[in-house]
Amino acid sequence: MAREAYITGIGMSEVGVRLTRSPLGLTMDAIREAVADAGLTLAQIDGVATYPGKMQTFLGFSPIGVDEVIEACGLRTRWHTGAAEATAQLGAIADAAAAVKAGLARHVICFRTVYEAAAMARPEEFPPLERRKDVTGNSQWVSPFGAFSAACWTAQFAVRHMKRYGMTREQLAQIALNDHRNAALNPRALVKQPLSLDTYMAARMISSPFCLYDCDRFTDASTVVIVSASDVLDEVGSIPVRIAATAGSVERYSWDQAEWASAYPTGRDLWRNTDYTAGDVDLVQFYDGFAFQPITWLEGLGFCEVGEGHRFIEGGTRIALDGELPMNTGGGQLGWGRLHGFGFAYEGVVQLRGQGGARQVRGDPRVAVATSGGGPMAAALLLTRD
Amino acid sequence: MTWQRSRIRLDKDNRAFWTGGAEGRLYIHRCGDCGGFNHPPREVCRHCQSENVAPHAVAGTGQVDTYTINYQKWAPDMEVPFVIARVRLDDAPGVYLTTNIVGCPVEAVDVDDPVRVVFEEQDGIWYPLFEKVG
Repeated sequence: MAREAYITGIGMSEVGVRLTRSPLGLTMDAIREAVADAGLTLAQIDGVATYPGKMQTFLGFSPIGVDEVIEACGLRTRWHTGAAEATAQLGAIADAAAAVKAGLARHVICFRTVYEAAAMARPEEFPPLERRKDVTGNSQWVSPFGAFSAACWTAQFAVRHMKRYGMTREQLAQIALNDHRNAALNPRALVKQPLSLDTYMAARMISSPFCLYDCDRFTDASTVVIVSASDVLDEVGSIPVRIAATAGSVERYSWDQAEWASAYPTGRDLWRNTDYTAGDVDLVQFYDGFAFQPITWLEGLGFCEVGEGHRFIEGGTRIALDGELPMNTGGGQLGWGRLHGFGFAYEGVVQLRGQGGARQVRGDPRVAVATSGGGPMAAALLLTRD
Repeated sequence: MTWQRSRIRLDKDNRAFWTGGAEGRLYIHRCGDCGGFNHPPREVCRHCQSENVAPHAVAGTGQVDTYTINYQKWAPDMEVPFVIARVRLDDAPGVYLTTNIVGCPVEAVDVDDPVRVVFEEQDGIWYPLFEKVG
């Protein structure tokens, strides 16, 4: 039988804003928790994967590289990756799954550490990104026009949905409302209270149609999952969750030249890589750095037709914890914090193990989809419990 | 808008795009072999992989494909709100330009509005902005 890949451990540091604990300290907290959760020791880890790797020009975005983890943990690795041009954040986990299936490693630490809030607060230690000098590469096509943020790029796809398909702000609001409702049940989430539609509608605009609550905010945290090969599962003490399929497809590698976000080709291709179908899915963890992105994933993965995603979420009942397709059960990035993709894999595992506590989806869920990315970046994982 | 726009580092691929406004022209890379347009400008045609690609002056007219009204001051000197739009060009199929729609109230912009290029120069860079036509 072919070797399979499983998530066998999950861990997370404190999640906060302007934390003083160091990025490596947070990363070690999450690694220790994940390794213990898997019932492993660091001596059994032989691979490391991260996204995007240490980013010297913008340390808050990614302050820790593969090298620091290998050194700090005293690892002797056989395989690693830390690639900014991977298929979005969860691409690091998809690549680790491919590596263990190929026999290149047995147990891989996959981590994502973010430190943007602390870095903003301590510019002398973490020099801010220079956006207006010697601009080159892809940012030259957007930043001269004041489109510094992915909020402005993603907002334009949302406006198109409003104009072409009739999406309303009240419909879009259901992403943030659902995230806040679920985050309030998640002790690790930044958000502690539900959000009312009135408060949402009255919030200041960032880039239309996105208001403050439609945009994730800088967070300091580290998230870890351990990916293990099926032939070493007897070394593991947790309930393993299988990575049954992965996808990361791109049609135009550009934020503004693409007709459709990469969620669409990636969603279609995920089902080509498995015998499961959208109808088998019990819950979804959809990237929501900006509130419109889950709508693209709903449509791209075929949970509804293209142009129908906003009607699918209308009123919020279908995506609620007790709905037909519970979404972002831990609060997503709008509620939990900007864990930058890895939180969706973490929460998918929590739910499939039945460890969600107050936010646990009922009915013994067995199949989940976790996604990350927006615009030209996209990665999707199909997670199942055997 | 008077705020300081991002200063571009010019190179052989992007120079015509960012300086064409000095002669009132909007240049988009076009393949001399297959005729396909390529944006962002690069040395290989994405349609046929020819290296016979060169800047081609287009009409500078198009339509608003989609847009957003930006309210957030991403830089302290930014004057908000303003419109960020994605414009599709009439005579360069498949090419979109991220730009600003200027010369009208932000509420006056809608998808499919016909627009034409106007250039704003700062420090030798000619930024192609668009204004509504008619």
